[in-house]
Amino acid sequence: MIADLIETIAKILFVFGINMGFFSPILGWVERKQSAVMQDRVGANRADIMGYKAIGLFHPIADAIKVMVKEDFIPDGANKIFHTLAPFISLTCSIVTFAVVPFGGQYEIFGHKVNLVIANLDVGILFVFAFASLAPYGAVLAGWSSNNNWSFLGGMRASAQMLSYEVAMGFTIIGVIMVFGSLRLTDIGMMQEDFFRWGIFLQPVGFILFLTCAIAENKRIPFDMPEAESELVAGYFTEYSGMKFVMFWMGEFLEIVTISAIVTTLFFGAWHLPFITDADLVNFFSFAGQTGSNFLAILVNVATFLMKVIFFIWLQMTIRWTLPRFRYDQVMKLGWKMILPISLINIFITAVIILV
Amino acid sequence: MSEYIPVLIMILLAATTSIAILLIATFIGPKKSFPEKMQPFECGETPIVSPKLRFSVKFYLIALFFVIFDIEAVFLYPWAVIFKELGMFGFVEMMLFIGVLAVGLIYVWKRGALEWE
Repeated sequence: MIADLIETIAKILFVFGINMGFFSPILGWVERKQSAVMQDRVGANRADIMGYKAIGLFHPIADAIKVMVKEDFIPDGANKIFHTLAPFISLTCSIVTFAVVPFGGQYEIFGHKVNLVIANLDVGILFVFAFASLAPYGAVLAGWSSNNNWSFLGGMRASAQMLSYEVAMGFTIIGVIMVFGSLRLTDIGMMQEDFFRWGIFLQPVGFILFLTCAIAENKRIPFDMPEAESELVAGYFTEYSGMKFVMFWMGEFLEIVTISAIVTTLFFGAWHLPFITDADLVNFFSFAGQTGSNFLAILVNVATFLMKVIFFIWLQMTIRWTLPRFRYDQVMKLGWKMILPISLINIFITAVIILV
Repeated sequence: MSEYIPVLIMILLAATTSIAILLIATFIGPKKSFPEKMQPFECGETPIVSPKLRFSVKFYLIALFFVIFDIEAVFLYPWAVIFKELGMFGFVEMMLFIGVLAVGLIYVWKRGALEWE
């Protein structure tokens, strides 16, 4: 019982620490640096501590201090409660989603079984969708409560776009569930031990559709109609300043991490290295004794998983700085007239192949 | 139920973090207000139209379609999990179900409810 509690707390602190302490500050820098590299600029490199610049890695710290001392602005006529509730919903939901994502296999340390996922729910994917689909509330409430025309238009666009792509995303994932026969993300990870059973080989169409829907759901370029700087000033968070504005950004960055983690888990073998099973890892480290070998295997699992996640974060950043923004009618057309029918056909073809 | 306890801890932790950030936002930082500043942003103009107006019915339609098609997706999840055990029977049943909703999608499409021009 005590061991379970320690295990749970350790895992929660690990996930929480890596999300809030590593990913969410560093991604702001990554985004700026990625754009600088792609646009042939030097990029974020001004902040320094005692003359050390460290390729601009101190910018997140400078930004954090800066936004903390900014004024929290709520315009006249705005609904104060909802204006404050909107960033709360955005950030909280995107932190919680990570609770069901497995970042390693099952091992034994000091005779205690360790399962490297915070909550091994039997409805893992549904949990992810449940919390991902709370995100529109943040956008809509922000847009509606600001008493601002730009915000309002942004909120309306956000709601319609996110609802559309949520439907499409729900369908794209069904092919994967049919192949693996489980909603539990740990099971799905386990079944991809063999390299040729990775989701990308079994569901190539599903992968492309899912990544598209996920980026659209996260309102990133090329689907950033709700923000659309050139049309709507800043969309649904026009009236936000200081920490509240940053909460929306952190929510968005953490969603990038979650999307990368889900894509890795469903399509890219979760925590597995190609051709190497968990048992192989434990055998390879057998010189370190029973507990030691398990511990080293855990480290390799987590490192593999994080490397894959970082790769997909990089991919999303590259997409964000490569493509121009779509028009709104194009976005809706893509969602309802392309992705939805293709994902239905994908389900049909997957079903036929499994039966035959 | 015990596997939901970590989720609960996670939700509490996330909510506490968010509330802490909100408190920081509220209590640190200057508070100066004068009428011109407190106006909603309108590119330097005084707002002449309130945002609490009627909006296009298309957004409402999208919400309705969402309810219909998302319920379809919810029905598909349990079917997808036990698809291999159900075999041919489950396949035919579900393809009929999807077919009916595909007809719905085609109807909506042909009626022009998905046009945004």
